[in-house]
Amino acid sequence: MKYLHLIWAALFRRKTRTILTLVSIIAAFLLFGMLDAVRTGFDQAGNSANGAERLQTGSRLSFIQTLPQSLEARIAQVPGVKMVTYANWFGGAYQDPHNQVFSFAVEPNYLDLYPEMEVSAAERKAFDNTRTGALVGEKLAERFHWKVGDKIPMQSTIFPNHEGSKNWTFDIVGILHSKDKKAGGFYDQMFLLNWKYFDETTPYNRGQVGWYVTRVTDVNQADRVAKAIDAISANSDHETRTQTEAAATASWMKQLADIGLIVSSIMGAVFFTLLLLSGNTMMQAVRERTSELAVLKTIGFSSHSVLAMVLAESVLLLLLGGVLGLGLAMLMVGGIQSKMGGAIPMAPVDAGIWVHGLLLMVAVGLLVGALPAIRAMRLNIVDALAGR
Amino acid sequence: MFLHFLMLLFSTFALVSAVFLAIWMLLTRQGRQAVSVTSVGLSTLRQRLGMSSVIVVGIAGVVAVLVALLAMSDGYRETLNKTGSADTAIVMRGASASEVMSVLDHDSVTLIPQAVGIEKDAKGQPIASPELVVAANLPLKGGSADDEGSVQLRGVGEQAWAVRPNLKIIEGRKFTPGMRELIVGKGAAKQFAGLEPGHEIRLGSQMWTVVGVFASGDAMDSEVWGDAGVVADTYRRGGSRASVTVKLADPKTFDAFKTELEANPQLKVDVSTTLDYFSKQSEGMSSFLTVIGIVVGSIMAIGAIFGALNCMFAAVAARAREIATLRAIGFRGLPVVVAVMLETMLLALLGGLLGGLLAWLVFNGYSASTLAAGTVGKLSFELKVSAELLWVGLLWALTIGFIGGLFPAVRAARLPVTTALREL
Repeated sequence: MKYLHLIWAALFRRKTRTILTLVSIIAAFLLFGMLDAVRTGFDQAGNSANGAERLQTGSRLSFIQTLPQSLEARIAQVPGVKMVTYANWFGGAYQDPHNQVFSFAVEPNYLDLYPEMEVSAAERKAFDNTRTGALVGEKLAERFHWKVGDKIPMQSTIFPNHEGSKNWTFDIVGILHSKDKKAGGFYDQMFLLNWKYFDETTPYNRGQVGWYVTRVTDVNQADRVAKAIDAISANSDHETRTQTEAAATASWMKQLADIGLIVSSIMGAVFFTLLLLSGNTMMQAVRERTSELAVLKTIGFSSHSVLAMVLAESVLLLLLGGVLGLGLAMLMVGGIQSKMGGAIPMAPVDAGIWVHGLLLMVAVGLLVGALPAIRAMRLNIVDALAGR
Repeated sequence: MFLHFLMLLFSTFALVSAVFLAIWMLLTRQGRQAVSVTSVGLSTLRQRLGMSSVIVVGIAGVVAVLVALLAMSDGYRETLNKTGSADTAIVMRGASASEVMSVLDHDSVTLIPQAVGIEKDAKGQPIASPELVVAANLPLKGGSADDEGSVQLRGVGEQAWAVRPNLKIIEGRKFTPGMRELIVGKGAAKQFAGLEPGHEIRLGSQMWTVVGVFASGDAMDSEVWGDAGVVADTYRRGGSRASVTVKLADPKTFDAFKTELEANPQLKVDVSTTLDYFSKQSEGMSSFLTVIGIVVGSIMAIGAIFGALNCMFAAVAARAREIATLRAIGFRGLPVVVAVMLETMLLALLGGLLGGLLAWLVFNGYSASTLAAGTVGKLSFELKVSAELLWVGLLWALTIGFIGGLFPAVRAARLPVTTALREL
């Protein structure tokens, strides 16, 4: 640590070169931070403690097929089931059919199963009592400038109402806040409407349910409960398929994109270039200072401390650029998330990504520093001073 | 559109300046000086191998990633665009964002083929294919038995073949109407397990037999087809269908066809050509991919520009004496600037070519898949590294080279001759 000053001075001996290299490193780690955020976002989707406790039951045939409402009572009787609720996909869009909104028609107790979504008691009551009421996510309300008390038109891209028109009207009675900002992206974009209003208004539904959500009393029993639920409708014309929420989301994400491959090939290209670039900078730096290093050795620095100093210099270079880059990524990911909401599952740049990033910085630093450092260590004082 | 315009402008600019540069180098004294300075620079490149390779590899990385991401966007758009044509039209219930969200009742399905402008077949019947589109859960290839994905299942009648003449059976045979038989697209066969002719698969509580594989080279390749009546039965859809696709007698009759259907008070439908319908479906995803490509490419490009700056500054510093000597014996500043810039841009060009080649080798024809907007199944599509994309990549490479070379070049020309000669 006492040589930090010396290392720092060596690093900024050629300001232009160091700064130019730093910018490249910043760019590399900015990209790393953002891509890793996307990758973690995909990996973690649905992967929460609450998610593990919840089971989703849909039609075995396909996710667009509906199930009879009568299943609710039978699922509730399965031992190990604490609570059950159901929902339908509403397919809502605001103003333009391509402006789709995550909109579910839900049973009143839906929110009891999702403690991740917070809504004040008064607003919750208003939702239960207002037939045309709707609860909207914080970010969604922000996006369309909605506030409590607004009467808004909403198109359903699937369901007409009894007049045959697809324009539905809703009263916004409350705002949903997601408890955990980390996984919040999705919940902040939700639009919930009353299932009853939905079912009575559209001639296309008639007591059908899109999917059931069940909360189990014991996570370890989840598999058994899932099998028991599927057994209820086995061999009927509405067979079901029950999965934990975590498993269901993971399978969706996997179908959406093989994100791992894309991210790792981009990162491969980026880091290969980075290695070459910063390796070159370090080589130059050491070559230039040959005589200085020789002087250091002459005045008593051991070969090993020279090795350590060069390595420290290159690690410091990477750390400086990397920390700045990751910091920038943190800001940008935050910005993107508040702008685009849940459009891309993106985790914030958190401790996990930082640890990854810091390890990478040190590893790359050691790697690119190794060759010049070994060279500096093996330096023969006499030859170096003579400029041979 | 804007991007295309920008591209065109940029390409023209690049080509025109290249031509001017060539003329200048051949015809003027300073131009010839530039040629000789450049050739000296290039001949000493070998001594600066490490540094030059940073420029080449850095730019190759940018171009490879950019081209690959843009190829994804292009491949996706092309797959969907190819699915549609100007002489077929699709009719869905009004305000349905896609086929799977649309429901046409039996009356509408019988009314629609009676409209004007539809081509008639040999028997004088209008070529109109009412189709049902649903999703089916099937086990994914290479996953555990519980790993299911969603595939788009289309229930069709005899006319489905007439409205899509490019669709061919490549293995097995067509399904028999009224039977629980399926034919599968070759893309779907690659994605899902058990979709080989002769195999039985389970849809809900029923067993279906796969009897054939078809290929059409577009989005239909990701679908599975069965008899409309049987599919409707399985999915409890009765006589309703999702859409009616018709072959128009002529692309020009589309307007008459559309007007008649929309004026009919018994129908509440949206009519569009399939070309329009499918290109609209691809819009969002494809521009999303383009934006990702450009954002990632730009960040990488910034890194590469600074890398190039770094290397060229070093190169200029290493050659400071040599350049000063040239200046001292009468070479002007401009040829020196041009020489350094040319050297950087040549390295950049090499990087661009390398990156493009890499992207082409690895990603051309690479098949990717995603859950497409507007469908309910995995859509597989092939990445397409076209000549146009390679050109875009080269332009990026040259731009990076230009910026990366400019400042070092100016510094080289500005260096006071006396100081540089005295140095070291």
